[in-house]
Amino acid sequence: MRTNTRNFYLIPYLLWIALFVITPIVLVVYYSFFDVEGNVTLSNYEKFFTPVYLRMTLSSFWYAFLITAFSLLVAYPAAYLLTRTKHKQLWLLLIILPSWINLLLKAYAFLGLFGTYGLVNGVLKFVGIGTQQILFTDFSFIFVSVYIFIPFMILPIFNSLEEMNPSLVFAARDLGASPWTAFRRVIFPLTLNGVKSGCQAVFIPALSLFMITRLIAGNRVITLGTAIEQHFLVTQDWGMGATIAVFLIIAMVVIMLLTGSRKRGLQNNETRKIA
Amino acid sequence: MKPAKLPNLYLIVVFIILYAPIFYLIFYSFNSGGAMRNFEGFTWEWYEEVFADTRLLIIVLNTFVIALLSSAISVIFGIAGALAIHYVRRRQPKNALLSLNNVLIVSPDVIIGASFLILFTIIGIKLGFVSVLLSHIAFSVPIVVIMVLPKLQEMSPTLIDAARDLGASSWHVLTRVIIPFIKPGIFAGFFMALTYSLDDFAVTFFVTGNGFSTLSVEIYSRARQGIALSINALSTLIFLFTILLVIGYYFINQRNNRTSARARAEGRR
Amino acid sequence: MKSLVQTFVAVLVVSVGLMYLTSYLNSSAGYTGKDTLTIYNWGDYIDPDLLDEFQKETGIKVIYQTFDSNEAMMTKIEQGGTTFDVSVPSEYAIDKMKQENLLLPLDKSKLPNLKYIDPSFLNLSFDPDNKYSIPYFWGTVGVVYNPDLTDLKFKSWDDLWDPSLKNQILLLDGAREVIGMGLNSLHYSLNDTNEEHLQAAKAKLDTLTPNVKAIVGDEIKLLLANEEAAVGLVWSGDASEIMSENEKLDYVVPEEGSNLWFDNMVIPKTAKNIEGAHKFINFMLDPEHAAQNAEYVGYSTPNAKALEYLPEDISGDQRFYPSKELTEKLEVYKNLGKKMLAHYNELFLEFKMHRK
Repeated sequence: MRTNTRNFYLIPYLLWIALFVITPIVLVVYYSFFDVEGNVTLSNYEKFFTPVYLRMTLSSFWYAFLITAFSLLVAYPAAYLLTRTKHKQLWLLLIILPSWINLLLKAYAFLGLFGTYGLVNGVLKFVGIGTQQILFTDFSFIFVSVYIFIPFMILPIFNSLEEMNPSLVFAARDLGASPWTAFRRVIFPLTLNGVKSGCQAVFIPALSLFMITRLIAGNRVITLGTAIEQHFLVTQDWGMGATIAVFLIIAMVVIMLLTGSRKRGLQNNETRKIA
Repeated sequence: MKPAKLPNLYLIVVFIILYAPIFYLIFYSFNSGGAMRNFEGFTWEWYEEVFADTRLLIIVLNTFVIALLSSAISVIFGIAGALAIHYVRRRQPKNALLSLNNVLIVSPDVIIGASFLILFTIIGIKLGFVSVLLSHIAFSVPIVVIMVLPKLQEMSPTLIDAARDLGASSWHVLTRVIIPFIKPGIFAGFFMALTYSLDDFAVTFFVTGNGFSTLSVEIYSRARQGIALSINALSTLIFLFTILLVIGYYFINQRNNRTSARARAEGRR
Repeated sequence: MKSLVQTFVAVLVVSVGLMYLTSYLNSSAGYTGKDTLTIYNWGDYIDPDLLDEFQKETGIKVIYQTFDSNEAMMTKIEQGGTTFDVSVPSEYAIDKMKQENLLLPLDKSKLPNLKYIDPSFLNLSFDPDNKYSIPYFWGTVGVVYNPDLTDLKFKSWDDLWDPSLKNQILLLDGAREVIGMGLNSLHYSLNDTNEEHLQAAKAKLDTLTPNVKAIVGDEIKLLLANEEAAVGLVWSGDASEIMSENEKLDYVVPEEGSNLWFDNMVIPKTAKNIEGAHKFINFMLDPEHAAQNAEYVGYSTPNAKALEYLPEDISGDQRFYPSKELTEKLEVYKNLGKKMLAHYNELFLEFKMHRK
């Protein structure tokens, strides 16, 4: 009986995977063996292991890590507080809503807000700190990236907080746990699944960020995504772009394996509330 | 409930930051100066321009149709996908499926777009509405899976076993037990898919054609000439419209829930 | 489950409604019909009134589609699957498209208005005899500067290296433009392929690093108009837009020489309505139409006769319609071949990474 159901669900999904995932992967791997002039070669892979690209890889991972960490730091309390509000579903929708406005337009708005004569600097000047260069710094890059990704982090955490049985927290408190202990020992572990899917939904796309690396960071930050974009759209060196993409996909698989669901069975049975 | 002040302040700050750039755009949509700098005076000029531009309006409608349809359809595929992954018990194939699922999230848009373009021209699908819709469904599916899967994992297997013991068919287990349980994940997936679709530029650009265009493609291609304030005005209108829609949807939904809850309670009695 | 189904149905109903509305708008605006012409152009790169006039004059319905870079446009045309009757690539892209057989030759007998084009913009290296392309707009690469923020009087590329400009320069995100600036400042050709010269240019650019605030794309216009930096390396078309936004700024083409660029109208191999495409190109070559378009877009028109219809303050502007003397020092980019171009891009990438 179980077998029946499984096959049924797999059909549309595998169809999708075959058409829209396997095909692109095959194409990407295929292209990665060609140089600019269309000769079959391994030189792209050699080139990837030169200092320029290795440094780029390192910095991409570093920035993606920072972006994920800060997103989590901002999103977790926000998600937690959202679950405490009246009309929480509405507020949640309102968190997502800003991401429906075109990203390029918002980036232009940030250029205005963060500019030398922008609103933020106006405030800083008024407070007495004086004009700072905010645009084209690591700060502005990470800030705007976190801005973009925050709904993707809040949503899964909010959902897992919602599912948590509040009586568990009350019980912990009744047994004398401090708020911090209750959070650390009860709340956080119970929402770990949400945190995990949030981190995946942020870290993985953050590796391949582009556009705002140019708009907000003025090309001071160059990620793997930026390089791929350049190779596909400017240099037209599809081979090199595809090679970088191959490494991105490998990196993603490694991340998935590392954060893979190892201790699933444990949590499930403890935390069930009766629906 | 005394310490409620500080937490609220935190949320307020988060909301202010989230909406600051949007209000910036809205503010300048009334600027008679013609650019996003030096507010010179108030004008409705840009709004009039939007309504006079039929081509732009058609593009906006296209964008919404694609976003709504692709999100709805990708939710169906996404649920199937999440269930498929969930039912695979062995770890290796499960991880393999998950990795395949995430390939489209990690791949840069340009690569997805270029390879979809090649794919569609090989299969012989005419570029335009259908090809754009298919690609939006394709890249929205994995995010739905990611949003639904944790809900499935939280669900106790005993729940399903209990239902089965009571004689429920597979279909009933799915529609009466599983889907209601993962509903928050489904909605999250739907809204995320909507977000992906509305924001996508690169993929759409490659797979569109024959006069079909979406708002993102139009806005990006206007960047070389400088983005006119009529685009700000248009974004303002879309923003206000969606806010009204979201609030309206929420309250209608709430009323429905309340009435259906009451109906259920009465039925039980 | 019920609310899910309800939402799903609501989404479908709304979508169908919107699709109906779209088709209604389409037909009321006259976008559907037998005789259509698809124009593939940069966004907002034509006066929409001219499109209306063309429709009225010829009865051909115009479908306008947009792209944001030459490379993306070429990929679309190469892959096929969609009709484009007229497109407007830049000169280096025309050279490439020609080699890859993506263009159809023009029938000059159907373009009587070609006679109005200034002969010095015809028969250039990227398209001898204008077999495939007709000039649409042209321009230069130069320096926009803000006299409020710098006292330098720009004459030479070397002025950019002045220590007073620390963290004050915005550069275009273009390999040919930036490496070309290095080459020009050393009095080498923009199309230089000598490895020593290229390395020298790259080494010289590396010393510019402290002055470079950011390397940006189209947003450079907004940033310069906002006085975010004192100096910017830009295309003349952008410069004229920046200066119409902020009148303080000024534009100069350095005396060592610079690039001369073109956006030309072509008929891609995907064209279906070749007759209509010729009609459209000829329509745009009409001096009055060209003048109207130049006023709307703000770029320099190659149409000699159209200059008479333009206001004196536009056609007489030496910065955008430079003297013969300066024009002779300008170079058109040659197609250096894929390998050399990749090398330019590598050098540029290293320059970008060097700044970290």
